[in-house]
Amino acid sequence: MLTKRIIPCLDVKDGRTVKGINFINLRDAGDAVELGAMYAEHGADELVYLDITATIDGRSTFIELVRRVAHTINIPFTVGGGISSISDVSALLHAGADKVSINSAAVRNPDLINELSLEFGSQCIVVAIDTRYTLTENGHEHLVHTHGGRKPTEIRTIPWAKEVEERGAGEILLTSMDTDGTKNGFALELTATVSGHANIPVIASGGAGNMDHFYDVFTTGKADAGLAASIFHFREIDIPDLKKYLNERNLPVRMTK
Amino acid sequence: MKTVIIKYNAGNVQSVMYALDRIGASYLYTDNEEEIRSADKVIFPGVGEASTAMNYLRKVGLDKVIPSLKQPVFGTCIGMQLMCRFSEENNTECMGIFDVDVKRFPAVPGMKVPHMGWNNIMDYKTVLAGDLPDNAYVYFVHSYAAPVCEYTVASCEYVLPFSAMLQKDNFYAAQFHCEISGNAGQKIMENFLNI
Repeated sequence: MLTKRIIPCLDVKDGRTVKGINFINLRDAGDAVELGAMYAEHGADELVYLDITATIDGRSTFIELVRRVAHTINIPFTVGGGISSISDVSALLHAGADKVSINSAAVRNPDLINELSLEFGSQCIVVAIDTRYTLTENGHEHLVHTHGGRKPTEIRTIPWAKEVEERGAGEILLTSMDTDGTKNGFALELTATVSGHANIPVIASGGAGNMDHFYDVFTTGKADAGLAASIFHFREIDIPDLKKYLNERNLPVRMTK
Repeated sequence: MKTVIIKYNAGNVQSVMYALDRIGASYLYTDNEEEIRSADKVIFPGVGEASTAMNYLRKVGLDKVIPSLKQPVFGTCIGMQLMCRFSEENNTECMGIFDVDVKRFPAVPGMKVPHMGWNNIMDYKTVLAGDLPDNAYVYFVHSYAAPVCEYTVASCEYVLPFSAMLQKDNFYAAQFHCEISGNAGQKIMENFLNI
């Protein structure tokens, strides 16, 4: 049976993992390659590496890191952060990434999704959607945000999810800026709605604080995968324990060992 | 031992090379017919779209070379599909090593396509699955699949049962990505290299 995926996310700056609390205060959680290898060994189903360095130098450091990760781990991994062109994607895939995640660039230029999926195949194009429940003149709406969730757009989240699928995205990484960093649980209703509208897998992100939150996002939230960062980095939840917990509750998960 | 990875236009095969590096196997990445024919083992990987890949193989003549190979050949993902007779992906005539047609997953509410993620394979009848635990989990990403047929040596289920692995004479194939399928995938690659 196809299993629900557990995905640790590693925010990377200068080759090291950092995790922002609400994307601002950064704490260091260690070497990005070692941490990834440990997660793979512990039964993580996939990894996501996000490059949060903005400089040109940082970009080449990141590609070198991608190469080291690909050499080391034997599970799929996605890379993202500042990707805006076919040549960016080509360099990252060539370095050994299995998928790339695009975010702000897809909002700026939605045709990029079509171009990338045509060039590299939908299977490796993840569109990241950062969303926040926002007061508009029509009342509260889920709106897409860019620039690490800081900049609101006028794009409504659910139609955008459908659009990215139609343009050729292979997967959606949905981050709720309302729940991110809170440890109060994923945005279940929104995730379920997006997952119900899109016929491609949805990775839920933002808000995981305990093992029940993962159970909820896979059942009520209808997510295909659950992503979290700090709770894994700081060992608040160990992946083998989480897998066992979900397995005991009859959710299909990949048990290793 | 000389292992060749066939070079063609079907996407990025970097992770296959890294996986061989981890096993400690050396390899040559080439589209040269002499090199391919003289190899002990041939790996035919790929990600991408069937008709584009098949057109390329025809253009460079590999569509005739691959089916005529006598040494063990291992096709993975789109490589496996191109070894079948026909693919519904843009109605593509393929190489016909396995006499079976590749079909798109039927649309069923709640069953997303592509079939993406870790799923278990079962009913092994292949040396490639040697030492693998029952119901091993491997990583799939595909929208088209070969139904279970006489060449099926491992099956999987998503919407319908389908062929996870095919085998006929010296030709071996896997629908999933061994190179990123954890220890199970690594074992399958080692088993192929040890044939």
